[in-house]
Amino acid sequence: MAEYKTEPLKSWNKAKELRLKYYKEYQDAHKNGGLRWTGGAWSFDAIPAGLGRDVYNITGEPYGASLAFDKQLSKECMEAAEAKGWARDLCSYMRNYWGSMYLNKYAFGGEYPSPDFCFQDHICCSHGKWYQHVAEYKKIPYFCIDVSVGPYEDLDENRLMFVVNQMHESIEWLEKITGRKYQDDLLIEAVENECRSTSAWAEVCYLNMAKPAPLDEKTMYSLYVHGTLAKHSKEIADFYEELRDEVKYRVDNQIAAVPNERCRLMSDTQPPWGFLKVFRYLENFGAVSIGSLYTFGLIGIWEDKPDGTWGPRTTPMQKGESITTRDQALRILADWNLSKPEWQHFYDPNIKTRMMLQIVKQWGVDGVMLHLNRGCEGLSCGIMENRLGIAEAGVPVMTFEGNMGDEREFDEKRVMARIDSFMETLGIDMLQKAQ
Amino acid sequence: MFSKFFEWYEKRHDYARDWLTKNDGEVVGCFCSYAPEELIYAAGHLPVRMLGSHEPQDVTEPHIFGMYCPFCRDVLAQGLKGRFNYMKGIMLAQSCLHLRQSFTSWRNHVPVDYAYYLYMPNKVQTDHARSYLAGELAKFRRSLEEWTGREITDEALREAAEVYNESRRLAHEVYDLRKGPNPALTGLEAMVMVASSFMVDKKEHNAELKRILPELKERRLDRETGARLMIVGSEDDDTEFIRMVESVGATVVTDDHCTGSRYFWNSVEFTNGDILSDIANRYVDRPTCPTKDFETRSRFPHILQLAKDFNVDGVLLIQQKFCDPHECDMPPLKEYLNENGFPTLFLEFDVTVPLGPMRIRVEAFLEMVGEEELF
Repeated sequence: MAEYKTEPLKSWNKAKELRLKYYKEYQDAHKNGGLRWTGGAWSFDAIPAGLGRDVYNITGEPYGASLAFDKQLSKECMEAAEAKGWARDLCSYMRNYWGSMYLNKYAFGGEYPSPDFCFQDHICCSHGKWYQHVAEYKKIPYFCIDVSVGPYEDLDENRLMFVVNQMHESIEWLEKITGRKYQDDLLIEAVENECRSTSAWAEVCYLNMAKPAPLDEKTMYSLYVHGTLAKHSKEIADFYEELRDEVKYRVDNQIAAVPNERCRLMSDTQPPWGFLKVFRYLENFGAVSIGSLYTFGLIGIWEDKPDGTWGPRTTPMQKGESITTRDQALRILADWNLSKPEWQHFYDPNIKTRMMLQIVKQWGVDGVMLHLNRGCEGLSCGIMENRLGIAEAGVPVMTFEGNMGDEREFDEKRVMARIDSFMETLGIDMLQKAQ
Repeated sequence: MFSKFFEWYEKRHDYARDWLTKNDGEVVGCFCSYAPEELIYAAGHLPVRMLGSHEPQDVTEPHIFGMYCPFCRDVLAQGLKGRFNYMKGIMLAQSCLHLRQSFTSWRNHVPVDYAYYLYMPNKVQTDHARSYLAGELAKFRRSLEEWTGREITDEALREAAEVYNESRRLAHEVYDLRKGPNPALTGLEAMVMVASSFMVDKKEHNAELKRILPELKERRLDRETGARLMIVGSEDDDTEFIRMVESVGATVVTDDHCTGSRYFWNSVEFTNGDILSDIANRYVDRPTCPTKDFETRSRFPHILQLAKDFNVDGVLLIQQKFCDPHECDMPPLKEYLNENGFPTLFLEFDVTVPLGPMRIRVEAFLEMVGEEELF
């Protein structure tokens, strides 16, 4: 019996439209004399925005996930990558992406739209190498910014400036390879939009503390993705603010994602994209996954608040700061991104454990599901230490093994059986049985 | 002739314990060959490169997910099993995600007094990496000083860099003796010579190298050279494997491994300026690990040059299982070497390697390499 009311998210159709528009605009960019570039979801997309308003990008990870969602196409892509000699344990987004490039098939129809240049950042071993190969294969120029300067809590001027200096260098490079004059006003606008969009997404996640949760994680996957596509765009920043308002309305009116919510879980790392039904399966127990450090902090930017809680980071604009120069914009962009929650565990699993336990506490989580994701060495880095840390804190934790982008490495029945066992340890029966 | 090096390599813990009784410093475990050992040495400590033991183990599963390389788990196992219980300091020079987990789990679970994570740049192909790394080395220096309460002077850093440069020069001299038609040493001896230098006071190691070099220059090995091979890839101190390869009609004459030539290939160039900048430049300019080799693949021309200089007949591409950085280089490297006339054989390594099946593959490769001479 449902305890709470529920209703579809009004922003849902707009979210779908924006996503398809993004991929279509990239595909059509050349028709109007525009530029196309490719890089990771964490690349500093605000920087190429200074080349003009007709510059469009495609980010590799969400594109790889889109391919993974189409199991047949993904299998073809994986096999194409393997036929070229690449190891099966490499990043599965990367293998999907490369496969799409080799097969010349675009996940959204037609041929793979070749980029004009690659613009990437590097924190994971695969990052720098991913677009090195794209650049070689497509014979296009490539620039990569190394951001591996340590956790934000240890940031100092030397570390910040290593990133900022590379950003300055990248702008000179962009001017050289495109022949375009760089426009600082567009950069400043993009940086402001990025701060706005990534803080607004954090606000959306923050609202999910409410009981019942207004959003479930499966829905959040369809919403956070916009930040991985073009976090610098005004359209996305505006959308996230609209979404935040709608989620606030749901909280105020007790509109639940899962109407029979009686157990709150959180996950970790990317999901197995071909098997999102795992999250629907949880609903059979009246369980809602309220999100994860991944959905909250892959794109969302957070900060520690004076009262000891964790909340959306205050933007420079909210502080009354006005951005007027290129250098100032780049410093803000670097500092903002270096505080990204999902960049911290690359240096110390204990920082991630601490953040996860903060989510457990603040969001009222009853148990944690860790996806041991064979498809991503970056986000699985330190995950076993996270398991130990969470367990030591007395929080129930389970693991399941899988792969975000390679369905051949996901055992659906086994995972469902593990979930059954975990729910049993939490003392939660399936609702049908309970009734 | 190389017995001392084998003794050091095989009894590394005995050496370290003995060193501690005779010296005022500590043993500091270094994760990755990017560790700027000069600073640790200048502080009066013994820097030791962390390697595994090539034994199956079952202690790391709770700490490192099984999709990371066997080497990083083998290294951590040494700590969890208490093999380094005399070691009070550890430091990581940032490189791959695999090895950093050995470091962070070691720091969490193995008692040490001192643990330092050096944020070594990954993009070494930007000039900004030089000043950035010099700044990070300054912090590492201060941290070491605070740990022991002893100042590390510029003079001590220069002396340490000179000792290390001598070690590098001597290693080059030894490697040069492998270029001719009758290499003066086997690949196994070269591997152990370099690997033992990770574990021993460099002055002592240099002295032993200087002692054997005159004799080594005159040495004629009582064995057929056979096919001249190069080994390239991930961390590799698998002595059993190289012993097997050299027992079936081949000699390993050079390598591109962090446990081999990459460790000593270039030296600190003194500029009479800031010594930390000189040391930083050395690490930025050294032959790269693939995890730091972007946007350009700078490794490939270097590897090709090695193959030419050492008159190589074929290349064994050796990769630790799950080693993503090398996995991202292997297919294009294989193509590159093949296009330049060097046949290759790809082999995937684990903590232990199946010598029987690998012998068959190596023998088949040697037959293929030899065919060119026949026809």
